[in-house]
Amino acid sequence: MSAAGAIDTSRRPPLAGRPSTRLAFAVLGGGALVLLPLAALVATALSAPEAASIWPHLAAHVLPSALAQTALLLAGVGLLSAVIGVGTAWLVTQYDFPGRPSLEWLLALPLALPTYITAYIYVELLGFTGPLQTALRALTGWRSLRDYWFPDPRNIAGAVVIMALVLYPYVYLSTRALFGLQSASIAEAARTLGAGPRRLFWRIGLPLARPALAAGLVLVLLETLNDIGATEYLGVQSLTLSIYTTWLNRGSLAGAAQIACVMLLVVFALIVAEKRLRGQRRFALPTRQARPVARRRLRAPAAALASLACALPVLLGAAIPLAYLCTEILRRNLLAQFDLALLRQLGHAVLLSGTAALVVTALGFAIAAAVRRGRERWLAPLARIAALGYAVPGTVLALGLLIPLAAIDNALADAARHWFGLGTGLLLIGSGTAVVIAYVVRFLTIGISGVESGLSRVSPRIDDAARALGARGPEILRRLHWPLARGATAAAALLVFVDGLKELPATLLLRPLNLETLATTVYGHASRGAFEEGALAALLIILAGLYPAMILARTGPDRRG
Amino acid sequence: MMIGKKQLSLLALSASLLATPVLAQSVNLYTTREPALLNPVLEAFTKDTGVKVNAVFLKDGLQERIRAEGANSPADLMLLVDVGEIDAAVQAGITQPLKSETIAKVVPAQLRPDDAWVTLTKRARIVVASKERVAQDTITYEELADPKWKGKFCIRAGQHPYNNAFFAAMIAHDGEAKTETYLKALRANAARKPGGGDRDVARDIQSGLCDVAIINTYYIGLMSQAKNEQKGWFDAIKPLKTTFAKGGTHVNVSAVALAKNAPNKADAVKLVDYMLGEKAQALYANGNFEYPVNAAVTDSAAVKLLGPVTPDTISLSEIARQRKPAANLVDKVGFDS
Repeated sequence: MSAAGAIDTSRRPPLAGRPSTRLAFAVLGGGALVLLPLAALVATALSAPEAASIWPHLAAHVLPSALAQTALLLAGVGLLSAVIGVGTAWLVTQYDFPGRPSLEWLLALPLALPTYITAYIYVELLGFTGPLQTALRALTGWRSLRDYWFPDPRNIAGAVVIMALVLYPYVYLSTRALFGLQSASIAEAARTLGAGPRRLFWRIGLPLARPALAAGLVLVLLETLNDIGATEYLGVQSLTLSIYTTWLNRGSLAGAAQIACVMLLVVFALIVAEKRLRGQRRFALPTRQARPVARRRLRAPAAALASLACALPVLLGAAIPLAYLCTEILRRNLLAQFDLALLRQLGHAVLLSGTAALVVTALGFAIAAAVRRGRERWLAPLARIAALGYAVPGTVLALGLLIPLAAIDNALADAARHWFGLGTGLLLIGSGTAVVIAYVVRFLTIGISGVESGLSRVSPRIDDAARALGARGPEILRRLHWPLARGATAAAALLVFVDGLKELPATLLLRPLNLETLATTVYGHASRGAFEEGALAALLIILAGLYPAMILARTGPDRRG
Repeated sequence: MMIGKKQLSLLALSASLLATPVLAQSVNLYTTREPALLNPVLEAFTKDTGVKVNAVFLKDGLQERIRAEGANSPADLMLLVDVGEIDAAVQAGITQPLKSETIAKVVPAQLRPDDAWVTLTKRARIVVASKERVAQDTITYEELADPKWKGKFCIRAGQHPYNNAFFAAMIAHDGEAKTETYLKALRANAARKPGGGDRDVARDIQSGLCDVAIINTYYIGLMSQAKNEQKGWFDAIKPLKTTFAKGGTHVNVSAVALAKNAPNKADAVKLVDYMLGEKAQALYANGNFEYPVNAAVTDSAAVKLLGPVTPDTISLSEIARQRKPAANLVDKVGFDS
């Protein structure tokens, strides 16, 4: 399947060059950071042997349905996100239709909405006292649900649709970048050979975009797997929820950790599947001849259909939820709530996520670059392990971090007291650093895969050429890799920033006294059943995330060079 | 390129910006209660005593955090909801006895078992019914299993702590076998899969999805005050006088416990005493329509709206002991699926 214009790089010769100790150090540091909570998790699972006695019960009554529901949820969300993501990405890169330039970046916006907020909003909107049913009753004279049927989002189908509406942009962004890069010459060659638009998509576009699809899809599936807020609210008995009830109702943290370890196996399977899906072959597109694809202008009614197909996800995933929040804010006069405290929460959220984004990008760049050098074979699997941080449910990850971080804190505090007579308190947890560390562990994989996808565009032969010209490791990194992968790296940083703003469980568990972020404020209102009162904070989370999402969509890798 | 100096200094900067200045006179409170419910009382306390309260609102994992923070934990008090959670904290060994003259005077002994923790407020878990479609005004919990409610009963997830404690009380009364039969019958009567929150059941009664449902009393109060569509949910329901067949209503508590390594113990006890006072009890309990533990507060908002409640005689500690069996039964009968 070596399509014209793509170079098969699977069998590249081993590279010469000195291993950079700094790179290896960064990789080890990143790996250790990710492994820290996982090790704590495994230790917890093994800590209480008596916890093993709950397995017969779990195996008989909990796991079968939890596994089935989780599989169904993953399959549904994956499929729907892939269809929406790939479909819209293909449309906006290959065709021209009314609204296309705006839709191209609008399609990324649902990313700014946390799944739990979207879930709350849709339950309200579709609920009995929501605007739709109220209008329906006013129109028809029906009085109660005994007179008519109305779709209820509080089930697995609702969860699939709602989560796909929030998560499809991962697929959209990654495949759009690739569709945009596929050089016009491939498409022209295919057309010359008589391929229609359908064949072009199935035989050329999709196969070439397979690595990008897999990368986006894995993010979608991992997000689905670790979600707790939306799935619990919508009543899906997922594996993650089973971990919670085992921990909280049976008071068995060890048992919960054991289920979490089972879940890690699912994650491993996902990651291995992604690698398989990508195939052993990797394609580097020769950048010099990548002329942008000439978009074909669509006529009505096809043009109208294309506009609709691209507008619908934006409408359902971003516009309607935003409109709902704005209406609630106006109706309840919540703007009066806008005070210094809210701004401070915004500041905290931006500071925590921003710091994490910087660290993740730096680590991600180092790890991706080191893996690319490919001198140490053990590096690549280590980089994959980073994905685990993303897949573990947030609270489990936070618990896993809590134990080692608190141990470090206590050692530091005791040392400070002993040597200097200082009462430092808990430095990491007391300062918010613990939250930043949690974000880094959680989102490191975004940094690595973002940089990797940027670097994958650069043929390794260019590295070889640079080396042949006498450039050494750091110089190649600085003068070659960094400029070429800058766009993708910045995109990854933004993604981490947006994800950090939305992150809830680790922020909740690891933050210091008196520190609230927007997400914890929304949660505080929601957990006493007054979600609407947090509408302003929810809107701020989304607005703070919208701007980066917009930049992300506008300056995607395909827009550069 | 690993973490550069710039990133490190940013980290340090963020650390210094976020660090909480701990005042000389302060109490550190770890709470699973939402800040909006607590802030009025805490602000009043600071105003009256000059002692500042630093709070962190946690959900799952409060216990694990205090345990992990160990000897250097800043936690003085933990404010918890649900007897199961409180009992778990005591079992985990992260508390110490909490005693004072005020506590002994105000709180009945069974609401502060062994002085391990102190009840602040009570809430009952009762049945509400459709005003339109249900005639009766009293009901027993056991009666909900009657087939006459088939397809007419709504409840949140059986694994939710509120239901967990309720089912645990059922086990304490009737034993596991009878409770299993009860849960099966309850599930068979359910109009929809158990889930959502307590307020959702009121909405589902308004919509005609169900006729009877289980709810915590304070939600009824909060909906009665709502200025939005929730007022409509409230208008559609009526609270039934709910008891076990043997009498007594299932009551749960919100409570406070003293952390084992509390660095500001004296001020912490001062805060507990304050919260038991009539002024704070009125603020705290009425703000959330809970039953005050201080008997001197007779005209609480909850009593005004729902009337007084006679608690079940089963002790809270016994309920806590039956939590695990209750959780197992819920799984076994497939209550939530």
